[in-house]
Amino acid sequence: MATRLKSVDAVLVGFGWTASILAQELTDAGLQVLAIERGKFRDTVPDFATTHIQDELKYAVRNGLFEEPARETLTFRNSTDQTALPMRHLGSFRPAAGVGGAGIHWNGQNWRFLPTDFKARTHIEQRYGRKFIPEDMTIQDWGVSYDDLEPYYDQWEYLCGISGQAGNVQGRIQPGGNPFEGPRARGYPLPPLKRSYATVLFDEAAKQVGFKPFPCAAANTSQPYKNPYGVQMGQCTYCGYCEWFACGNYSKSSPQTTILPVLLPKDNFSYRTNCEVTRVNLDSTGKRATGVTYVDVQGREFEQPAELVILCAYAQHNVHLLLLSGIGRPYDPKTNEGVTGRNYAYQITSSVNVFLNENMNPFMGAGALGQAVDEFNGDNFDHGPQGFVGGGYIALWTTGGRPILQQHGVPEGTPKWGAGWKKAMHENYLKSASLATHGSVMSYRDSYLDLDPTYRDAYGNPLLRLTFDFHDNERKMSKFVTDKAALIAKAMKPRSIKVNYREGHYSILPYETTHNTGGAAMGNDPKTSVVNRYLQCWDVSNVFVMGASVFPQNPGYNPTGTVGALTYWAADALRTKYLKNPGPLVQA
Amino acid sequence: MRAIKLAFGLAGLLGLSLAVAVPARAQGTTYSTIERGRYLVNAGDCASCHTAEGGKPYAGGLAVPTPFGTIYSTNITPDPATGIGKWSEQDFYNAMHDGIRRDGKHLYPAFPYPWFTKVSRADVHAIKAFLDTVTPVRQQNKPTELPWPLSVREVMAGWNKLYFHEGAFKPDHKKSEQWNRGAYLVEGLGHCGACHTDTNLLGAPKTADKLKGGDFGEHWYAPGLTSNLRDGLGGWSAAEIVEYLKTGANAKSAAGGPMAEVVKNSTQYLSDVDLNAIAVYLKDVPAEQARAAAKTTDIDKQAWSRGEALYVDNCTGCHMENGAGVAQIFPSLKGSSAVQAKLPDTVTHILLAGAKTAATPGKPTGFAMPAFARKLDDKEVADLVNYIRNAWGNHSSLTNQNAVSKVRKDVEHGGG
Repeated sequence: MATRLKSVDAVLVGFGWTASILAQELTDAGLQVLAIERGKFRDTVPDFATTHIQDELKYAVRNGLFEEPARETLTFRNSTDQTALPMRHLGSFRPAAGVGGAGIHWNGQNWRFLPTDFKARTHIEQRYGRKFIPEDMTIQDWGVSYDDLEPYYDQWEYLCGISGQAGNVQGRIQPGGNPFEGPRARGYPLPPLKRSYATVLFDEAAKQVGFKPFPCAAANTSQPYKNPYGVQMGQCTYCGYCEWFACGNYSKSSPQTTILPVLLPKDNFSYRTNCEVTRVNLDSTGKRATGVTYVDVQGREFEQPAELVILCAYAQHNVHLLLLSGIGRPYDPKTNEGVTGRNYAYQITSSVNVFLNENMNPFMGAGALGQAVDEFNGDNFDHGPQGFVGGGYIALWTTGGRPILQQHGVPEGTPKWGAGWKKAMHENYLKSASLATHGSVMSYRDSYLDLDPTYRDAYGNPLLRLTFDFHDNERKMSKFVTDKAALIAKAMKPRSIKVNYREGHYSILPYETTHNTGGAAMGNDPKTSVVNRYLQCWDVSNVFVMGASVFPQNPGYNPTGTVGALTYWAADALRTKYLKNPGPLVQA
Repeated sequence: MRAIKLAFGLAGLLGLSLAVAVPARAQGTTYSTIERGRYLVNAGDCASCHTAEGGKPYAGGLAVPTPFGTIYSTNITPDPATGIGKWSEQDFYNAMHDGIRRDGKHLYPAFPYPWFTKVSRADVHAIKAFLDTVTPVRQQNKPTELPWPLSVREVMAGWNKLYFHEGAFKPDHKKSEQWNRGAYLVEGLGHCGACHTDTNLLGAPKTADKLKGGDFGEHWYAPGLTSNLRDGLGGWSAAEIVEYLKTGANAKSAAGGPMAEVVKNSTQYLSDVDLNAIAVYLKDVPAEQARAAAKTTDIDKQAWSRGEALYVDNCTGCHMENGAGVAQIFPSLKGSSAVQAKLPDTVTHILLAGAKTAATPGKPTGFAMPAFARKLDDKEVADLVNYIRNAWGNHSSLTNQNAVSKVRKDVEHGGG
């Protein structure tokens, strides 16, 4: 029997980026807000103490900051004719547990999506005709436009103190920036990071082959910063331990370094850690949430009543909770009906190793220290002759020279072990770099999330089941972009290059990226989306869903910038529209 | 709230003057007096001692370790049985002005009556008026843990005769009104000298060493507030002093350790007018003759390079290779008065146990430094402390492994 607790105005499931933003905004609006987090509390000191956090074995290899599959995991299969099996170890993606969420262990690679990304179906149909989109591709417009989101991208970037070079300010193309980006109201709050030698070589080579390279926008501060909440950050030391690590120097944007110092002291905010939310509770009509049920680490069950329930957990966990709670009709790939679990997507990546003659000093790195070209992303090029939808950016990132999992490039033909491998490693450790492609994944009728019929989690609930594979569209696109990356790699005048295409089926085992999207897609049509343009559930108007689970498909950029912008957008709708008149913000 | 409303009611009926005439209880004092009292209680930093960690406001019970034994702060809520609810205004004035409590016995100068004696009668009245509005807490005071003969409070009569100079603040008419206001706050209610002045063997402040820095105890050394460049405020502008006291940090330094508590509980609440007055007064405290300190060349060459290497490995990420830190964020070690203080305790303490700067509305971040106790041994800490205190033009006395070991022992046993 669950213990019933005192009601709050808003309960947030999870306490990462989106919950921190919402908590800050909703407490400012006078609400009593409670965040429930399954992991523990963490802060820069003592948890991320510099000179301790730079421990590759503890954090990257032994998964110091991630969720534990023993508590919550999912089952996986490539296609509906297979039987899904549970993931007992972390694989191709690594969600977080703990206050700050993945905002603690991200690289800080910050992007805006292209204006055309938000009207994917309309735009592609207009430019290439209806038949250009394969029949089983279920991409759709977001219901929100780039122009709608621009002020909120801005708010997010100034929250984080993003370092970068604007490419388009109010329609004026800026030299040295990304000329393909949507117009922004103003430049980034901080100048770009200092460049590594490898990014300088990339820059020269990309120009040589006719592209327009630019420094990537980084949530690693190039200078000390004070954000609009008054919270201050130090400056990045280029220690090379961002992704999978936390920052010990207050220089990577995270809830801890940008929001928590002003949020935590508030009287109308509270949080509970080590508590896992297992249900959103609905009233007898099923149209209104009454709060959530959660279980603490002692196994005690609590019912937390709330006027407003906002799902701020990791993308697939939000979808899991919706399915367990019966919010939105579960998606059925056979009939292509239902919404919850529909339009799961991922990211497709590849790389090109470059072996050079000079010392690149990979040790001077930062998670988002990179130089990129965007000619082949989104619809920045003519897809007509190519016959695929989507694209990706090509970047050379210098994120560090860590020995165990990171700095592993050896030339083609090197033995996999023994003296030959050691010799090649010795020769190339300091004299190599890697170009990455980061590509979009469209949504498809057969890529989805549902409840597993066999396996259950620690709380007795069915596990989430992921059915996903790469499609030919993505493989074609990835090959196309990888070939362009190889062009740049060759122009870097290397000793040799090694092209690593992404081929075959999606494998959930080797790490690829933690950019899982969809399952609670946003849109204008309740038949194909779980939430409306304000991230409000169509079926239960006092439930909102944050994060990348609302992406209807996954564009070719890292998702966090858009997750941040969408959160501020939803927070504004909550403050200025919903709280004044609670109920559906869009009529179905 | 009810008491305040009643006071207005009475004042409205019978005329305002009556409110002042009614002694002691909140009902009889005006709102503005209570508010003034609240301000003064902050200025006097009463909460830092009289509110224990996790305890009820002003209910006392905080252990104050002294070289002579532990003293516990007392309950100053208006509870009649355990607090100061039965104290008349004169009782309270006697405590503040003379260090005598209601039963006529002496207070120990851990309660800073040698400074509070300068506070005006009107201000003491306002402080009492505010304290009378605080929620009464029934919490028995803990007996002091002083050895005989100090446990006999009459002993303090002799101490007072030797070291206590009773008397209200006397303005210096040759100085500006602002200077005098600053002096009144620094030398009186602010009791800055209670920490920032060295004491003699009997715990009395050395008059000749006023504000030249003092041993706070618990391995914190309060740096000098004179105009000395090296271990004083000589390098700070008045505006920087104001910013530090208001927000907890400025371009040169950040408040850590006990001073972070002072900013958190006291100085951040002071008006800009008062903070400016304090700054004007402190900027006028003359520089003293530089203390003799070890020359950098006195340091063993090998120890110096060990210290330098440890510094590069552990400290440069925040404090930078040149020791200058990052303005407003990571305190400068170069030229810092806290770093170059007479005793190496503060630097040693922070290295071992870490520190957190004050979080204030102006600077809410509350930057923290991690503890290095588990990572560095005593010898390494000594090398590093000596390097930091003598690099980049810094100049201060040396520490050694044994001294570090003592700090480590005390800090690990909760002394910090």
